[in-house]
Amino acid sequence: MKFERYGIGIAKGMAITFKHLFRPPITVQYPEEKLVVSRRIRGNELVWFPDRCTGCATCAKSCPQGNIEIATHVGSENNYVVDKFELDAGRCMFCGLCVESCPYEALAMGVSYEQAQYRRGDLVWSKEELQPLNKRPSGYARPEIEAALPKQSLLIYGDKERDEGGQKLRLIPLSKKRGRGV
Amino acid sequence: MTLLEQFRLWLATILPGWEWLAYVVPAIVGIVVILGFVLTMVIVFIWYERRLLGRFQIRLGPNRLGPEGVFQPIATAVKILLKEDVVPEKGDKVLHWLAPVIVFVPVLMIFAVVPFGERAILADLNVGIVYVVAISSISVVGIYAAGWASNNKYALISALRTVAQMVSYELPLILAIVGVVLMAGSLSMTQIVASQDIPFFILQPLGFVIFFLGTLAELNRCPFDLLEADSEIVAGYHIEYSGMKFAMFYLGEYGHALAYSCIIATLFLGGWQGPLLPPIMWLVIKALVVFSTIVWIRGTLPRLRVDQLMAFAWKGLLPMAIINLFMIAAEVLWLPETMLWIMGAVNLILAAGLILMWSKLFTLGGGRVEV
Repeated sequence: MKFERYGIGIAKGMAITFKHLFRPPITVQYPEEKLVVSRRIRGNELVWFPDRCTGCATCAKSCPQGNIEIATHVGSENNYVVDKFELDAGRCMFCGLCVESCPYEALAMGVSYEQAQYRRGDLVWSKEELQPLNKRPSGYARPEIEAALPKQSLLIYGDKERDEGGQKLRLIPLSKKRGRGV
Repeated sequence: MTLLEQFRLWLATILPGWEWLAYVVPAIVGIVVILGFVLTMVIVFIWYERRLLGRFQIRLGPNRLGPEGVFQPIATAVKILLKEDVVPEKGDKVLHWLAPVIVFVPVLMIFAVVPFGERAILADLNVGIVYVVAISSISVVGIYAAGWASNNKYALISALRTVAQMVSYELPLILAIVGVVLMAGSLSMTQIVASQDIPFFILQPLGFVIFFLGTLAELNRCPFDLLEADSEIVAGYHIEYSGMKFAMFYLGEYGHALAYSCIIATLFLGGWQGPLLPPIMWLVIKALVVFSTIVWIRGTLPRLRVDQLMAFAWKGLLPMAIINLFMIAAEVLWLPETMLWIMGAVNLILAAGLILMWSKLFTLGGGRVEV
């Protein structure tokens, strides 16, 4: 006897939703929990390498916003010494033209994506803040960095498969921290 | 001697001539207790539904305020109460103000006859279940008034849908209740509970299913929530409501759900009866089980179309309810009372057969709808 036409679909649907009760929720509670992002990410931050920078200001010229402020003076070895390298992240659209145009690969897009600030003034990145102390350059417009990164098609991968470029969603266990107040 | 009579005699000794206080004081105490119970349980239900629905949809649900988000409904209530009260300029202002009250008050009145324990009942009416049916239908008037007074096409469509839905689903609902009344031999809620040594959902499963589905329609819950069909008529009858008045609708909706959960528990699941735990706990547990099933259905089934809704009531539930009623009447009349289990088995087979037969009527697909 075929039950396909006798309302068995309702029972099937009810069974599916009941099974959902025992699955871990797919919600990622963002500030407390973060998904592992792809290492091929092109974040919205810039990394500036002062030892490679000659102060030629090509980046400043290529910026559509005129956003990069660079001031130099002539040093002892007939070179430019960069006095000021400032960039307002509030006006930057992260088009990457400065990174592409840099002849000495002294600028690179970073991998971070959490750049929000409470005040507009805090959005201005100074020379010190742009240095690669705890920043990592991304592979954007830098083929040699990109070649070293693992290949992958999805943005999310589990911790185990990180090096193989796996594609599994990491299951976050229900910890005690979950569901508590901020 | 009941507690009331003792109280009256005691009053007569200390305050002669003030015996009428014996009626006023218990009434006020009862109202306060019932109101406290309803409001607390409604807040619990709102939180519970949002969490459970979240889990059915593999989400978390509200979990930020307090442990597991239990204070979320309170925050929501504060937010709603602080909102501006907007009245449509061309709406009927008196009716617009009156409608939420008409929706909410009957919900509270239902609890007067819900037995929380053997003698824990506010008013043990001998026509308790008739009272419930009569009172709970008044809410529809409020919903219709809201739809009319809002001067809004969506609200009016919603109100008209509600009236059609209520008129249709009241019939199978009452016929299912008559089955219970026949078996219990009384209209009084306490008597109905007392006669359930075996819960009635085992003895008359078809009646239980019909009553449950009728209740879903009566509560305007999924899959019968046509009057609040967000994708068609935005928010339905309370589209023009905000602030305190909207809170009344919200409260009325969940209060109704609570009331009907309690009534299903009373009529079919044995009410307050149960081992070990105190009676009120059993009633609350059973009401929560019923409510969980309602949420489960909400998390699963899509909304019916208007014609499907009508067809389901008139072609599906009503004939089934009539057959169920006659079957139970025959069993009550001719089967000896010791053969309850045979009655249960017969009714289970009947229920399965009828549901299979009727489900064939409602097949969809192949590009056409055979309703």
